[in-house]
Amino acid sequence: MTSTTPTLALALAQVSVKKGLRDPTAARALESLRAALPGAGLRSVRFIQGYVLECPGAAEAAARAAREVLADPVTQTWSVDELPAPAREDAAAGALVVSVARLPGVMDPAEASCKRALAAVGIAARSVGSVRRYVVSADALGEDELRAAARDVLANEVIEEIRTGADFDMRAVHPSPYEFHRVIVPICDAGDDELVRVSTEMCLSLTLLEMQAIRAYFREEGREPTDIELETLAQTWSEHCKHKTLAGEVHFTGVGGARTYRNLLKETVFEATRQLDREDCLSVFVDNAGVIAFDDEHGVCMKVETHNHPSAIEPYGGAGTGIGGVIRDILGTGLGARPFLNTDVFCFARPDLPAAEVPKGCLHPRRIMHGVVDGVRDYGNRMGIPTASGGLFFDDRYVGNPVVYCGTLGLIPRGLVQKAARPGDVIVAIGGRTGRDGIHGATFSSVELSEDSEMLSAGAVQIGNPIEEKRVLDALLVARDEGLLTAVTDCGAGGFSSAVGEMGEETGAIVHLERAPLKYDGLTYSEIWISEAQERMIMAVPPQNVARVEAICKAEDVEVTLLGEFTGDGRLRILFDGETVGDMPMAFLHDGLPRVAREAVWHAPAAIAFPWPDAPAEDLGGDLRAILSSWNICSKEWVIRQYDHEVQGASAVKPLVGVHGDGPGDAAVVTPLAGDPRGVAVSSGMNPRLGDLDPYRMALSAVDEALRNLCAVGADPRCAALLDNFSWGNASKPDRLGSLVLASEGLRDAALAYGTPFVSGKDSLNNEFQVGGRTIAIPPTLLVSAFCVVDDVRRCVTSDVKETGNTLYVVGVTRDEMGGSHLGLVRDAAGGEVPLVRTDESLAVMDGVHRAITAGTVRACHDCSEGGLGVTLAEMAFAGCLGIDAALVQVPFEDAGDGVVRDAALLFSESTGRLVCEVRPGDRERFEEALGRAPFAALGTVIDTARLRVTGLRGRLVIDEDIEDLRTAFTGPLREGAAS
Amino acid sequence: MSVRAAVLRTAGTNCDAETVHALQRAGADVDLVHLHAMMRAPERLADYRVVVFPGGFTYGDDIASGVVFAVEMRERVLPELRRRIADGALVLGICNGFQILVRAGLLPGTAADGTPQASLQPNISGRFECRWVRLEATTGRCVFLERCQVIDCPVAHMEGRFVTDDALRARLAADGQLALRYTSPDGGDAAYPWNPNGSRLGIAGVCDPAGRVLGLMPHPERNIEPWHHPHWTRGTAGGAGLAVFVNAVNAARGDA
Repeated sequence: MTSTTPTLALALAQVSVKKGLRDPTAARALESLRAALPGAGLRSVRFIQGYVLECPGAAEAAARAAREVLADPVTQTWSVDELPAPAREDAAAGALVVSVARLPGVMDPAEASCKRALAAVGIAARSVGSVRRYVVSADALGEDELRAAARDVLANEVIEEIRTGADFDMRAVHPSPYEFHRVIVPICDAGDDELVRVSTEMCLSLTLLEMQAIRAYFREEGREPTDIELETLAQTWSEHCKHKTLAGEVHFTGVGGARTYRNLLKETVFEATRQLDREDCLSVFVDNAGVIAFDDEHGVCMKVETHNHPSAIEPYGGAGTGIGGVIRDILGTGLGARPFLNTDVFCFARPDLPAAEVPKGCLHPRRIMHGVVDGVRDYGNRMGIPTASGGLFFDDRYVGNPVVYCGTLGLIPRGLVQKAARPGDVIVAIGGRTGRDGIHGATFSSVELSEDSEMLSAGAVQIGNPIEEKRVLDALLVARDEGLLTAVTDCGAGGFSSAVGEMGEETGAIVHLERAPLKYDGLTYSEIWISEAQERMIMAVPPQNVARVEAICKAEDVEVTLLGEFTGDGRLRILFDGETVGDMPMAFLHDGLPRVAREAVWHAPAAIAFPWPDAPAEDLGGDLRAILSSWNICSKEWVIRQYDHEVQGASAVKPLVGVHGDGPGDAAVVTPLAGDPRGVAVSSGMNPRLGDLDPYRMALSAVDEALRNLCAVGADPRCAALLDNFSWGNASKPDRLGSLVLASEGLRDAALAYGTPFVSGKDSLNNEFQVGGRTIAIPPTLLVSAFCVVDDVRRCVTSDVKETGNTLYVVGVTRDEMGGSHLGLVRDAAGGEVPLVRTDESLAVMDGVHRAITAGTVRACHDCSEGGLGVTLAEMAFAGCLGIDAALVQVPFEDAGDGVVRDAALLFSESTGRLVCEVRPGDRERFEEALGRAPFAALGTVIDTARLRVTGLRGRLVIDEDIEDLRTAFTGPLREGAAS
Repeated sequence: MSVRAAVLRTAGTNCDAETVHALQRAGADVDLVHLHAMMRAPERLADYRVVVFPGGFTYGDDIASGVVFAVEMRERVLPELRRRIADGALVLGICNGFQILVRAGLLPGTAADGTPQASLQPNISGRFECRWVRLEATTGRCVFLERCQVIDCPVAHMEGRFVTDDALRARLAADGQLALRYTSPDGGDAAYPWNPNGSRLGIAGVCDPAGRVLGLMPHPERNIEPWHHPHWTRGTAGGAGLAVFVNAVNAARGDA
């Protein structure tokens, strides 16, 4: 982006809330700046939205635009170029002005809307830039301090620039058109050092072995590769696209003895699915998402994606495009599925981490959390897809690498699950224009971050435009329903390169890159090919259907490009203005990747006993409140309510339940077909705290927890399908890979034991952060998602207790398994046995409870997981606004082999395979009968008095707490997102 | 006889499917029409006795919620819509649809020249919020709310605080145009979070002087099934929102 074509006249329209009216935007900015500038004596902030208009007669046009379109006539005032009146007075009285504008080339989704509105009143703007301006009145504040505070709380300099001063120097940047020249990269005569240098300099992230394979290929061909050919290979062979580690050969040593996997994933997770061979699995591991049967006419599919690296650099854009990407995965499943539910699971360092403990090059975890939450909120809500399931997990090792999991479920007609592009089909690109955003995302996601990443990888930042994607969704589903497509997939990592390369794998393809519509001039053919600009899909359309597809897209304002066609020659041919710039066989592209064997090792950490105090605790109420207030367990209502979980009018079990809507639900249940009580339940299980100690048990536990959550709302876990998502440290290090092997084995064993196949998955490795010679690796973060068809949502139950006098049962065995427990966390105590899932016992528990719920004998049901039985009882009580009187003496229990039974272990052990049920007195007999061989005990009674009372083994009360105090402990910590 | 209803949508509309479904459940014959198609042939509005602006984020709420839609509608669709309203057509705006009707000057509809007299501004909390609220129909004026007293349904918005000057607010109250207000669970005045956005007087919905144009921030179309209500497992069946659509269809049928 060097020289520019001339700009037209510019003018700045500025809009601000009238004096005397409330401005929540300004109020939030004031709050944030106050926190960042404690000593400055901040008095007020006035907010101004600025619009830089570029058009002939700019000043006059800006005035008219402000009057007729940009300013609200009732509540706002406006001006052109100079500050609006109230801000002008502030500035005259000494207020400082700080302005935040997008860096040149960074996409602004609002620009298209502004241009459209201005066009409707006859103003043809060439560009509209937006500027946020803050007029800050303070007792003692300098411009430099304000600029530094703005950097911390108002702007992200990866995509924005900060300027101070009342005058705003307007700019519009228009890069010059690109002049074609083919770039050859000589490697045939290169030595190994040279190959490594080429890979590094071009940001290819290819290993020496891979570069050697490429050199060998081109030597055979007798010519040098072009840049675009190397880029295409780098994209296709990236960890992100090919899962080289998980699908590679692994030699494991350690726990359980040495063993070798030729293909780790295929022989563990896939193998379980293959052996189970469940007939309701319509499509597994071959498409963008796995599909299972919903009813006779529809399938339901689900995909969960990671978007960790982009979210570390630019949390808002990274997380937003994370959810945008997984929605496109669903749109690109089969011939297109309709998204009906989003899920999200995030991992951050503690939001109250002292600033001094945040490594150089990292954003503060609170900032990352707010950005990620805002990004998913703004994208998901605008798409009109409810976000109704998820979780937040905190551990300081996520400080450099937050984990962002975004999931989407979709509904698809069963006849449209299969797809295949055919020779002669036109390659049709629809949706957003191509720009420089997100170049090298696929390869960037496969490297470790460091303190320099923030600067180096700005090109990898992607900016989302949800309304563009909503248009694509609307158009695509019409084209699908009219039967116009033979295949569709999304442009995700690797952009056109990956999408066309994958779709044309069996046929071959020819593409003409000069046809791609661009956001701005100046992109090279390679940039067009690998750009990860968002909101684009690739369809295969038989020639006779192209005109109709174009008409549908036109009606929805979606841009259509006929990029090329699928051929029958098995080659990928890339042209620009008729010149061939790339020509390789699909076979080399997809099968030429050299296989490597990796070493993996895992030795169990030395077992240590949980440090129980000598004397039994008299009162465990304080421990219970501390656990309820711990970051992982406390209420996530602040996040949940920012997501529209009701859009599409389909929610049957909501993410928050109970009298005041503040009890955590176990699983979300929605009805994807309007008016039909057939539903889908979705849940998740994840516990990285166990992964440090025993990755195998962690995997079993995650599956068990996800299924138990489904069971708790009334779904039949035996009908569930699972998804696996791995976020790990650098898996080329043997210990990281060792824990990954064990986790994979755990998933395989759990899936086989429960009869629940994995239908889709995704991994993100290399989540390590380098700072000053120190490496921070995230804990092994295995997310298991489960989804399941519910025949009739009217039989579902929620976790809040319902009526005084009902009996509470605990089903399942509690064991002294304190390893990785939250009691250990709040007492800062390590040790204890890691919870081990007894799959047979757990299955009996889930089967029994499911029968009991189906028989209508269960008024409330809640699982026991993080925080154990104590947390379960507390949540059920305050959600139902009733008390519980319970006694521990009957609870089925196994000690740790020491012959000692402790109240604290009964209450806070995180043994798996347990559920608590509320049953009416008249239903007790039928309930107990339905439980069959599951171990159970009547634990207590729902009472009128609003207290949780638990009698310990010695007959004394060990918990006697007002449920409002428990509620406060639970809802307090994240109430306002722990402030901004 | 069947009542024809149009649901107007454009890029970013996202509550259209459930709104169409609610109208169909109420007995209407519903067309989902793109705004741009309507701009090309505004006379088509004459085909419909009920016109609904559903929720969503039209054009991303860029500039402010509903602005771009209202501006696009200004030249050709709005004059025709005003004629249809004068002719007895019913108009309903839900959430983003309400925002559009206010930006277009159709609500509260008190200025003779159609200048906007009110605005929907960001919630006092400064956040988008999704939660269930309790609504009370405060007046017998609005045809959509016949025989409705209390309706529970969700809100999900960022800009829902109804702002106007004190004099007009008092006049709207006196004239029965403040059709719906947020209440606490026991029917009293609502503080946050029962009033989710900080609207003065708990204003949740507003109708025009004739009671035939209604805009509201909450989503009645999201409470039409027994399992929609957050307390259905506690014995409170959902479905109260359907009445808004049934009333519209009945009123339109009576008029026809």
